[in-house]
Amino acid sequence: MFDLVWLIPLFPLIGFFLNAVFGREWPEKVNGWVGSLSVGASFVVACLILKELLAVDPASRSVEKVVYTWMVSGNLNVPVGFLMDPLGMVMMMVVSGVGFIIHVYSIGYMHGEVGYRRYFCYLNLFVFSMLILVSANNFLLMFVGWEGVGLCSYLLIGYYYEKKSAADAGKKAFVVNRVGDFGFMLGMFLLFVTFGTFNYTEIFAAAPKQLVQGGILVTGITLLLFVGATGKSAQIPLYTWLPDAMEGPTPVSALIHAATMVTAGVYMVARCSILFAMAPISLYTVAVIGGATALYAATIGVTQFDIKRVLAYSTISQLGYMFMACGVGAFASGIFHLMTHAFFKALLFMAAGSVMHAMAGELDMRKMGGLRRQLPWTHWTYIFGTLAIAGIFPFAGFFSKDEILFYAFEKHLGFWIWGAVAAIVTSFYMFRSVFMTFWGESRVDAHTAHHLHESPPIMVAPLVVLAVLSLVGGLVGIPIIPHWHVFGDFLAPVFAPAKSIIDAGAHGGHHSLALELGLMGISLGIAVVGFFLARWMYITNPSAPDEVIKEFKGLHTLVYNKYWIDELYDFLFVNSIVRFSRFLWKYFDDAVIDGIVNGLAALVREWGSGLRRFQTGLIRDYALSVLLGVLAVIGYLVFR
Amino acid sequence: MDLASLPLLSLVVFIPLVAAVILLFVGRAYETLMRTIALVSMLLDLAASAAAYYFFDASSAAMQLTEYHVWVPTWGISYKLGIDGISLFLVLLTGLLGPIVILASWEDIKYRVKEFLISLLALQTGMMGVFVSLDLFLFYVFWEVMLIPMYLLIGVWGNPARKLYAAIKFVLYTVVGSLLMLVAILALYLMAGSASGEYTFDLLKLYDFPVPIYAQLWMFLAFFLAFAIKVPMFPFHTWLPDAHTEAPTVGSVVLAAVLLKMGTYGFIRFAIPLFPNAAIDSTWWIMVLALIGIIYGAWVAMVQVDVKRLVAFSSVSHLGFVMLGMFAFNVRGVEGSILQMINHGLSTGALFLIVGIIYERRHTRLIEDYGGISKVMPIFAVFFMIFTLSSIGLPGLNGFVGEFLILLGTFEVYPWFAVLAATGVIFAAVYMLWMFQRVMFGELTNPKNVGLKDLSYREIVVLAPLVVFVVWIGVYPDTFLKPMEPSVKQFLKQVEVKKAAVLDQENGKKLSALDLAAQSHSRRAVNDR
Repeated sequence: MFDLVWLIPLFPLIGFFLNAVFGREWPEKVNGWVGSLSVGASFVVACLILKELLAVDPASRSVEKVVYTWMVSGNLNVPVGFLMDPLGMVMMMVVSGVGFIIHVYSIGYMHGEVGYRRYFCYLNLFVFSMLILVSANNFLLMFVGWEGVGLCSYLLIGYYYEKKSAADAGKKAFVVNRVGDFGFMLGMFLLFVTFGTFNYTEIFAAAPKQLVQGGILVTGITLLLFVGATGKSAQIPLYTWLPDAMEGPTPVSALIHAATMVTAGVYMVARCSILFAMAPISLYTVAVIGGATALYAATIGVTQFDIKRVLAYSTISQLGYMFMACGVGAFASGIFHLMTHAFFKALLFMAAGSVMHAMAGELDMRKMGGLRRQLPWTHWTYIFGTLAIAGIFPFAGFFSKDEILFYAFEKHLGFWIWGAVAAIVTSFYMFRSVFMTFWGESRVDAHTAHHLHESPPIMVAPLVVLAVLSLVGGLVGIPIIPHWHVFGDFLAPVFAPAKSIIDAGAHGGHHSLALELGLMGISLGIAVVGFFLARWMYITNPSAPDEVIKEFKGLHTLVYNKYWIDELYDFLFVNSIVRFSRFLWKYFDDAVIDGIVNGLAALVREWGSGLRRFQTGLIRDYALSVLLGVLAVIGYLVFR
Repeated sequence: MDLASLPLLSLVVFIPLVAAVILLFVGRAYETLMRTIALVSMLLDLAASAAAYYFFDASSAAMQLTEYHVWVPTWGISYKLGIDGISLFLVLLTGLLGPIVILASWEDIKYRVKEFLISLLALQTGMMGVFVSLDLFLFYVFWEVMLIPMYLLIGVWGNPARKLYAAIKFVLYTVVGSLLMLVAILALYLMAGSASGEYTFDLLKLYDFPVPIYAQLWMFLAFFLAFAIKVPMFPFHTWLPDAHTEAPTVGSVVLAAVLLKMGTYGFIRFAIPLFPNAAIDSTWWIMVLALIGIIYGAWVAMVQVDVKRLVAFSSVSHLGFVMLGMFAFNVRGVEGSILQMINHGLSTGALFLIVGIIYERRHTRLIEDYGGISKVMPIFAVFFMIFTLSSIGLPGLNGFVGEFLILLGTFEVYPWFAVLAATGVIFAAVYMLWMFQRVMFGELTNPKNVGLKDLSYREIVVLAPLVVFVVWIGVYPDTFLKPMEPSVKQFLKQVEVKKAAVLDQENGKKLSALDLAAQSHSRRAVNDR
């Protein structure tokens, strides 16, 4: 079965081709099911391979399969090859599994759209690229997937290309990602110059021997790679594209901008865990950036009224948690949160999509309220998602987030406080969105209210599946009791080398059971506090939000406008470069260079027309010049 | 008759010229017949170049399919042709574009069709000749021959408003450079002749002649100017936007796809191997110019209001990459450089075709006149998107492989140059996607754009082969890199060896001078005593 790993990315590619080449005449349903089933087939193959991998001894669960040689130049040899290890398998399962569910949901959600076939083509192409990204056995092939998902994200954000905001958002996403990719590429160059290969296994095996622990080279490599991660995973300072990316269709937000693509950065950092472990400064940077983003984005989430934007900032914030986990050395916890987040955030987005479906595309929560009566399924699944993200026991988010906070605490109290504050804010804004959307009085206008309806089964069924996963998904990672953390044990061999490097530098010390339980209690308490705060402000005391806004007007304006970072970037980078380029074009290219070129031509012409006076064609003029010449010669002879 | 015994390269060069002569005897009224003859001859030419590829031994670095005939024996001029892994793909690229441009101009050019086709065919002969000549004199003849049809293409079938300005600017710029090159060629001929006693223009023989360092610099500079103008390198690029903008569609296509490559090919075939010491000593400033070209070209492209000018400036940026990789002087850099020549030919050539297709429908090149074209021309949108992405260097398509090898090769020797050049990759995304957005996305605001027809079958046939290669190079570049490798290694070795030989020779002179001084010193010492 290992030999068939290439089928995993191949199926969605086939789906893409079928729809792109032959799909024009097919009915909508066929387009949708071809797209969905191709991803489903990948999931099945991934399951079979996982089963086979589980049969192997845990220490040797790392199988490589090369399909063909892609690029050869000198001693550079990059194959199209795949790596099957626990980390890769988790990612492949999440991508193809959640991807399949979202595809099915899209069949209903996109019903009647003009570009239905185009949508499924792009979506399949995306899954193909994403699977390449997570299954590649070398950095360059990962980069192919990395850029490929960026392209599909660009195409899908700009799906409604007639809207200028959508086309702008797509372009912004691509360009900001390119800034990150610039760092990624330089990191790869350094890797190649150091190791002479792009292959993971070879690099990670050679790294401890060839690199100095904490040296400048490994720090440089990892920081550059992390720049790439901040672009793809929307971390400070390259996060600005993700909120705008909500211009795309909602299932796209669920799949690309919540569950899979944006987690690629986390995957990459986890994949390079050995390198990061050797560079404490980089690890520290990852933790600080992750923590800062977690809190920063959460604060913006509190002030937004657009339900998808709330979820977008929430995604940025949750990704921050994952990076913080990696930064404190808890790579497995980061990946655990990545998986549970894929479940509950995809669920939240798709439930929000179901709301939009009912509300004729409305996104503003101020125009919603009381929807739980008309949309019972959507309401309950959304609640499940909220409970999971807020970290209420026994939902999936409780386990994964608690684990991150625990490791953060072990590393430094500051990280824990940071994360805990962000957790309160998270719980608050999520329940705020529940209350504003589904509870309280209806603020829906009469026309829309008339049409309110629950979504069709093809959309509700995926919601239910994900709601169940959001509930039970965390049970694979039960802490404290030995061997109940199935997920952690499965991933452990991948991160073992990194862990041994980090532990070697740490003071050791074993944590007590009481501490672990105590922290758990605090996290749970935090989530509950957020819930009551939101309930008090939006249910018991509906005028409270306005009063708070009035009280802290300046602060609210600052946060509501996202700290004016977009405007700052526009001013600093976009406008200044455009203006300077115009200057170069008009005043350097046209004026200076062409000025010299045309000036030379004019000079020659002037000179020529000056000389022309001597070429009049009149005999007497020539006679005159002969005379002058004779005189000159005589003069010379006389006065010599 | 055995195919292998045919003089394949002569066929590649002269089939188009023969067709041009035939066209002279076809009546002006039979336009379709003339176009068909031109198309068939270009297809034959493509077939001949494909046959050359078939008989090419990819494992050898030697010049292959060589043909040799004495031409002017008294002056050592010969008719010598041959290809190696470096020129092979440029010949194939030129061959591929031949039928494409004839097809693309099928409905575009309606005025003086006969002369137009003859110009295109003559141009094809000139271009092929440049790539296969192994005699400096022969090379120079083809190099100059090529100018005339291009001058006519711009000057006669160009955009009426400024076509003469553009055509004359193009010719004068080029001639200034090539005259200096002629002087250098003659100087080299005389110098090598007087040193070895054999006066010859044979390139392979001249390769072995170690030019003294003081002369190398001047000769290299003369060659540099000729080729740098052609590439074009900053700051010799200002003819390019004008020529591209004013030329008819297929003129721009040939100009971008093939003519610009003559400059970069000139460096790798002539300037560097003939004068390696001067070339290597010039590395730093040539790299600086290449780097400026990459970033400057990208920035200026970004703010253009005219689609064709935008694509023209993007060429300045892309060709900067080619130069950068070449002067890295390592396998990856040079291979990337050669591959990027081909890539640029495919994707920029295709982009000019794309622009031509909408220009033919709307007769405007201003970006602001478009918007929302995707809606009325969905098939066109797909092609446009693919070529845009290829130009941006998206992995999986051709541009990435070339750019990546160039950047990696450069990084290995001059990391900071590679870092700065890599920013060009960001800006490429900016200017191309911004342009694409303004032309293709948004609402159809301009009523003139509403009724635009999507691609015809002819237009699809024109673009489809380019897509095939764009994907092929991206997914399986080995087909192209493998035949290149021996020649590139040979090129690098040759540069090293010759550089060392020249240095030895210089040291030898110094040593003998030292000897003389020592002798005279001792003699004086004797006298003093």
